[in-house]
Amino acid sequence: MAAGPMKMRASLKGDVADIRVLMTHPMETGQRKDASGNVIPQHFIQNLTVKMNGKTVLEGQISQGVSRNPVFSFRLKGAKAGDKVEVNWLDNNGESNKTETAIA
Amino acid sequence: MNALRRLTLGAGAALAAGLLLPLRALAAGWNKDAFQSRTAADVLKSLGATGGAESKDIVIEAPQIAENGEVVPIEVTSNLPGTKSIAVLIEKNPFPLTGKFEFMEGALPFVKLNVKMGQSSFVRVVAEVNGRHYVATREIKVTIGGCGG
Repeated sequence: MAAGPMKMRASLKGDVADIRVLMTHPMETGQRKDASGNVIPQHFIQNLTVKMNGKTVLEGQISQGVSRNPVFSFRLKGAKAGDKVEVNWLDNNGESNKTETAIA
Repeated sequence: MNALRRLTLGAGAALAAGLLLPLRALAAGWNKDAFQSRTAADVLKSLGATGGAESKDIVIEAPQIAENGEVVPIEVTSNLPGTKSIAVLIEKNPFPLTGKFEFMEGALPFVKLNVKMGQSSFVRVVAEVNGRHYVATREIKVTIGGCGG
């Protein structure tokens, strides 16, 4: 399975925005074998960055121990409706993806 | 023709190397030593986070029993003012360190993620506040492991 699209939702409660982001990614551990017994190489997201209105507010480093098609929730304070949230990831093969949404 | 091909290949390789450089620089932000450590103790050493004090202000929400080890939801909140980072370790996994999250101005010290668990294990969360470390643990029992074939 290849890495693919992302989905994100950002909803405001008071001045805190709840961010929920889904990443399509196999998160291969390097411990699984395919049908013919060959080890499936490691392929997993290593870095995440969350930006609000262009400013980095959160950086994550993750391992192959995160579940396939990772879903993360984060909370941003001092947020208001219309603020732009961007999340991007980078994996161990140098592939990356990003998504952006406005807080609603 | 061959010379042209070699030249083209060479240029292509040089270009690829140049393109890879910025990615490598980014990937340097991944703590390889800590992520490749095989015990929780070694992870904590690599993170410089040994000897953390237990804290009730770190709240771990997770199922007591996880039926499917492929997807175990874990939610962590630090109520310690000034929490700079949160690291999540699954002690019995082959590589315990599962994530480390750094919070800058604008982000609350909270994260929810799904992890794989090979077997029942303690989850250990380490929060960093002003260069000091605080720890909370919680046990999760797993019915079917999620790290094998």
